[in-house]
Amino acid sequence: MLYFSKLRIVFVSLISLIFILIASSNLFKFSNDLLNKKINLGLDLQGGSYLLLEIDNSPVVEQKLQNLTITIKNYFKEKNIRINNLKISNQELSFTVDNQFKQTVLDEFNDEESNLNPYYPRFKSHQLNIEEKNDLLIVNYSKQGLVELKTSSQDQALEIVRRRIDEIGTNEPNILKRGNDRILVELPGLDDPMRIKSLLGKTANLTFRFVASNTEDSFGTEKLKYEDSSEESVVSKRIILSGDNLLDAQPRMNNETNETVVSFTLDRVGAKRFGKATSTGIGKQLAIVLDGKIISAPVIRDTIASGSGQISGGFTFQSATDLALLLRSGALPAPLNIIEERTVGPDLGQDSINAGMIALAIGFALVILFIFIKYKIFGLITNIALIINLFLLIGVLTIFEATLTLPGIAGIILTVGMAVDANVLIFERIKEELKDEKNNLIAFDSGYTKSRTAILDANITTLIAAIILFFMGSGPIKGFSLTLGIGIFTTLFSVYFIARLLTVLYVAKNKQKEGLI
Amino acid sequence: MIAFNKYYNKFNILSVSLVVVSLLLLTFKGLNFGIDFKGGTLIELRASESKINVSSLRDNLNQMNLGDVSVKKFGNETDFLIKFENNDNKNVIEEIKTNLDKSFGNNFNFRRVENVGPKVSEELLKSGIIAISVALILMLIYIWIRFEWQFSLGAILALFHDVIVTLGLFSLLGLEINLSIIAAVLTIVGYSMNDTVVIFDRVRENLRKYSDIKIFELTNISINETLSRTLITSITTLLALLSIFFFGGEILRGFSLAMIFGVIFGTYSSIYIANTVLVRLRVSQKTVLKEDGSN
Repeated sequence: MLYFSKLRIVFVSLISLIFILIASSNLFKFSNDLLNKKINLGLDLQGGSYLLLEIDNSPVVEQKLQNLTITIKNYFKEKNIRINNLKISNQELSFTVDNQFKQTVLDEFNDEESNLNPYYPRFKSHQLNIEEKNDLLIVNYSKQGLVELKTSSQDQALEIVRRRIDEIGTNEPNILKRGNDRILVELPGLDDPMRIKSLLGKTANLTFRFVASNTEDSFGTEKLKYEDSSEESVVSKRIILSGDNLLDAQPRMNNETNETVVSFTLDRVGAKRFGKATSTGIGKQLAIVLDGKIISAPVIRDTIASGSGQISGGFTFQSATDLALLLRSGALPAPLNIIEERTVGPDLGQDSINAGMIALAIGFALVILFIFIKYKIFGLITNIALIINLFLLIGVLTIFEATLTLPGIAGIILTVGMAVDANVLIFERIKEELKDEKNNLIAFDSGYTKSRTAILDANITTLIAAIILFFMGSGPIKGFSLTLGIGIFTTLFSVYFIARLLTVLYVAKNKQKEGLI
Repeated sequence: MIAFNKYYNKFNILSVSLVVVSLLLLTFKGLNFGIDFKGGTLIELRASESKINVSSLRDNLNQMNLGDVSVKKFGNETDFLIKFENNDNKNVIEEIKTNLDKSFGNNFNFRRVENVGPKVSEELLKSGIIAISVALILMLIYIWIRFEWQFSLGAILALFHDVIVTLGLFSLLGLEINLSIIAAVLTIVGYSMNDTVVIFDRVRENLRKYSDIKIFELTNISINETLSRTLITSITTLLALLSIFFFGGEILRGFSLAMIFGVIFGTYSSIYIANTVLVRLRVSQKTVLKEDGSN
């Protein structure tokens, strides 16, 4: 127990040295890649925004059911079955069918080979469920069908969110999936998330539709408000062009009207349709609708065959830039809601770093002073181990390029306070052993041996708490559990290798000395 | 040697009353949940104008129909913490900015904005409760593997005592419960267990060593033998925590305070709860030898 081979001494010193180097790479620049790693600062320390977005999938479900109505009608028409009273409400599609055909319809829906209702053999489930209620047949999404739908809309939304954020050009954004209907966005260094929030809050569903000639709400048309006034217009539901046909969009200054506009270029299909619509619809009003609101509804004066055009609508340069950005990055499959937001300004982050460092320095100094007064020469040994422990801890965090948060700093300070426990357990045990045993070497040896179970127990209990926190906690709290957990391992290393090595060296030189500790 | 065992009964009565009072407080007064668990919006403001004070801010915000607004000083004279409940208005923060700038001039720095929706806060509360429960269960399993059941019971009772009394104190003082308090409670669980286990280790060792000493005496001997370690570790941990409390900034204050309470209760409970359970269950040499034989 008390013997250290030369090889081991070299090994321990080398490891300590390496970690001191790695830990100090946070302060200095090294040309070496291995050494040039840095601890990441959490959003609470460097400032930035954390946004948790939830995808509202209900419009997607409604839209899919809406599309389904046509599919169902056509599908059964071929089989000479008439589907009546198609209605969508509460994310359910209901219809009626003559009694004699009811079973056929049910069978078609429940057929595993049918194209109408895809079957997932892996989950033993259809995409849609169908049930009979009174005279009605009710179709809705099965659990698995809903999961499928959510996952696909999450994938699309993630892509669009990434494009929008990349366009703004914030540094190193972190965009991750959470569950199957959430997206987590971390934006370091951003102190005013207002613009990003408003950009992410827009679905950016752009359509070009004719303004209807009759002013009454009727079949195939809908009443829509204007973006910048309370006026309304009745607009056809038929979509001439949508955002999907856009190749590019840029904010421009219109030299004639001295107005800021968004100019756009269409793809081939879009250009063709636009050309056709503008040639047949001369004199008509073409409404440009974004997310259910009319931006503008200019009168068509000429056929536009070039496949490019302009949107005007009283934009400022900023709003034109944002609209162009939204159009370039594409429409979200469903609206996003911000359900959690945490933003820390850079100056508060810096204040937190300073406060954390001061607390660490003072806490460290107090513990070191107390231990030195209490144990003198062995206090010194404990303190050397404690200092190296701190380097080890910071070194490990650096190697993994872990994220340090304010609670993480608290975890480091707490580790400093609790790390001496193991050495205290050992030294107190040695003191007891020395009461009966005059040989210093034997007393130290059994002191180390007999305190081992208590030390292990003590550290395992703390480790359990740290692990649970790591898996349950979010953001800053995860940082706390990380430093606390890694601190346990570095503490054990520093106690059993560094402090013990120094103790061995000292005791070996003072075998006969009484009252050693 | 200090005769800790002389006060076993008195302190047991004290502990039981503390737990009962805490439970009553938790039931009737409840906890002051922060926005993490209740949902709502929090804004930390720094004013560059020293004339701005809590009441003028409150008057101004009350005109905005935010519901129940709380405005408090936060550390410095010029720092304020504003909290209000969930609000359907998506642009509420922008509107507050505009409103404050209009009334007080452009004198504010929004240092921190947190907004937690009702769904998220519900989930956070649930996962917090799960985390603490899982921690308690894992500790139970661990101690059950390591020790005989009498010891496990003692350690777990001590643990429940520490968690309940710490939360009771938070309820009494009306201190805010947020995510970092959950972290603190979990760390307390680990610390309290650690402290108890060290003494129990010694009790078991002594039980094997002395067959003629009654558990009442034996726990006292064990407590005294480990006392200096208990004190030194508590002191160094408290030194670290106090320095976080005083110098670590306003954000860590609640966390460090909970931990300080927890360390004090944890140290107390390993002496006066964990050990008295052993005495009351009449643990003897047979208890530990039987276990060794069966293994």
